[in-house]
Amino acid sequence: MNEQIAAEGTVLPIVAVVGNPNCGKSALFNALTGLRQKVANYPGATVERRSGQVTGAVNLTLIDLPGTYSLTARSVDEEVTRQVVTGTHAIESKPNVILSVVDATNLAQHLRFVLEIRELGIPMVVALNMTDLAARERISIDVTALSEQIGVPVIETVAVRKKGLDDLKLALAKAAISPPPSMIEFGQTVRQRQKAARKIAATAIISEGIGHRTTRQIDRILLNPIIGPVTLFGLLFLMFQAVFSWAETPMELIEAGIGSTQAFLVSILPDGLILSFFSDGILAGVGAVVVFLPQILILFLFILVLESTGYMARAAFIMDRLMASVGLNGRAFIPLLSSFACAVPGIMAARSIANERDRLTTILIAPLMTCSARLPVYTVVIAAFIPNQTVGAGIGLQGLVMFGLYLAGILSALVMAAVLKRTVAKGEADSFLLELPKYQSPNIRFVAIGLYERARIFLRRAGTIILVSTIILWGLAVYPGAPEGATEPAITYSFVGVIGSALEVVFAPIGFNWEISVALVPGMAAREVAIAALGTVYSLSGSEAMIEAGLVSVLNSAWSLPTALSFLAWFVFAPQCLSTIAVTRRETGGWKWPAFMVAYLFVLAYGASFITFRMATWLLG
Amino acid sequence: MTSIPLSEPLGTCMPGFSGTITGFTSDNKDIESASVEQLREMGFTEGLDIAVLHQNPFGRDPIAVRVGAMTIALRRQQANLVQVTAS
Repeated sequence: MNEQIAAEGTVLPIVAVVGNPNCGKSALFNALTGLRQKVANYPGATVERRSGQVTGAVNLTLIDLPGTYSLTARSVDEEVTRQVVTGTHAIESKPNVILSVVDATNLAQHLRFVLEIRELGIPMVVALNMTDLAARERISIDVTALSEQIGVPVIETVAVRKKGLDDLKLALAKAAISPPPSMIEFGQTVRQRQKAARKIAATAIISEGIGHRTTRQIDRILLNPIIGPVTLFGLLFLMFQAVFSWAETPMELIEAGIGSTQAFLVSILPDGLILSFFSDGILAGVGAVVVFLPQILILFLFILVLESTGYMARAAFIMDRLMASVGLNGRAFIPLLSSFACAVPGIMAARSIANERDRLTTILIAPLMTCSARLPVYTVVIAAFIPNQTVGAGIGLQGLVMFGLYLAGILSALVMAAVLKRTVAKGEADSFLLELPKYQSPNIRFVAIGLYERARIFLRRAGTIILVSTIILWGLAVYPGAPEGATEPAITYSFVGVIGSALEVVFAPIGFNWEISVALVPGMAAREVAIAALGTVYSLSGSEAMIEAGLVSVLNSAWSLPTALSFLAWFVFAPQCLSTIAVTRRETGGWKWPAFMVAYLFVLAYGASFITFRMATWLLG
Repeated sequence: MTSIPLSEPLGTCMPGFSGTITGFTSDNKDIESASVEQLREMGFTEGLDIAVLHQNPFGRDPIAVRVGAMTIALRRQQANLVQVTAS
């Protein structure tokens, strides 16, 4: 109903959600609007504004904003918040109400910012959030006294358990038709407001509580000089092993399902174009990618859990030294770790990096972190060429090679960062200042929503971009048909065959045959499309028996080991993802940097593949 | 005069240190630098209890400190702007 009103052009009162980083703004936004904005337990999870309609009887538009410690913006995301609440944003109009979110376990600190926003002269409601955690820490706050002292309504909430929402909605609706709070002098400088905030907190807090005792105890282990780094690298290693071993069974099930569907189609359809379209085109192409859903979900499960527990900020703390050695700071580790899932959110997360040159460097190296779209490529080739055996202590050789590929990406990212910081992004290293949030057990609902969203995006891509490019490729691979008296498979004479042969000239020095060369073209749209394309191309040029055996065994007989290794090296670097290029253009405000990024990554890819292919040929020859 | 505790920069303190914030190092007495202002915004303020909890395992820098109810990670160079006395 709310959407209808908005659609008819009635302008609803706008409520801006503002507060310190990591106080639960996005969780509260989701609870009030029913939307699924990303929620995570580290400062800087939200980097852009997002709006939605409040559900229920009140008619309000809510804007979720990046967290900030003050209205002095120090990074791109904080600047968005400053612009929106001061009414200087290019698109959003000035909010009618400010919903100031405060972490009840850290009232004295968060109040200072409340007093600063109060000066804007906009009607305001304070949500005293995380009151459940405060109760657990035996913190007790006199809400009435607090409300009287700061002169605005204060509502107790627990966003993740949807407590206090009705009261909050009513208070917001009331504030929308109320005058701004009367001016009270709390001071003009940070120092004065800090003093005032501490004074108010002291009168409103009945019991100080016991502090984040559990968090301290966990940190004593996870930030221990020896256990800390071992845990971090152990976690990353476990993640890559899990991606390989846990996904095995569900992947075999999907594969078997696709294989038997193909066999079924062969049995009911006459041999011809229609059968080829479904079997070689859609099933071999799209199917080759859908198989990887379990792996991608396991990878995202790890990252979502890491993000929601509060461990991400600790990882940044441990990595700061290493990052400093290449001219970045630990803060950049969070976007880079997110890039293991997908470079697009990773590049956007770089907004929380205050220093512009550091931000640019992080954006430019983000595509080197092995994203989930490379999983299909790596898995197929590893399964085809690396023997499935253990190398002691339950560590699989295949998982180890996968870990090596991830490591290759990470190390080249660090080297590139060092190079970029000494050349194009030259400048002094930024400092490192990061709040380490209290640990929380992962919110199962948020993790489940995150996984569901990822599965939806993945399957939608399979059904749209991968399906369409597969169909086009299939069409180009079937027409024109083979001439009379042809000796080679028909595909050799098709458009795909001709394009492939032409491209092979460029890629032959790095060991790529014409099938690989042609698969790289649709693979420009997204990396996993290359696997779909290989599925279709080999399906059309092989025998029935080969097709049913699956892409893995086809590749095993069609490629030499040096070609396979060269192909892996190519995908460590090649910028084969239109979304990454597009988001880089948006985040850097022009074509200069995406063009630079694509160029340097292609040069690295070709060089790495060339060396890999020549070395492997020489060693094995 | 020896009974007055001497203040020292936070950046020189090791894990296990606990004390109180006495002030900030500023070139100019009247106007605080942007770095000091940022530290204040994060939660550093005079009179608060402070403790150094951890340091980076690879090079002892950055450090993680407890300020009031928060834990904040920062590099030693920046921590030197904060003056503390041991308790």
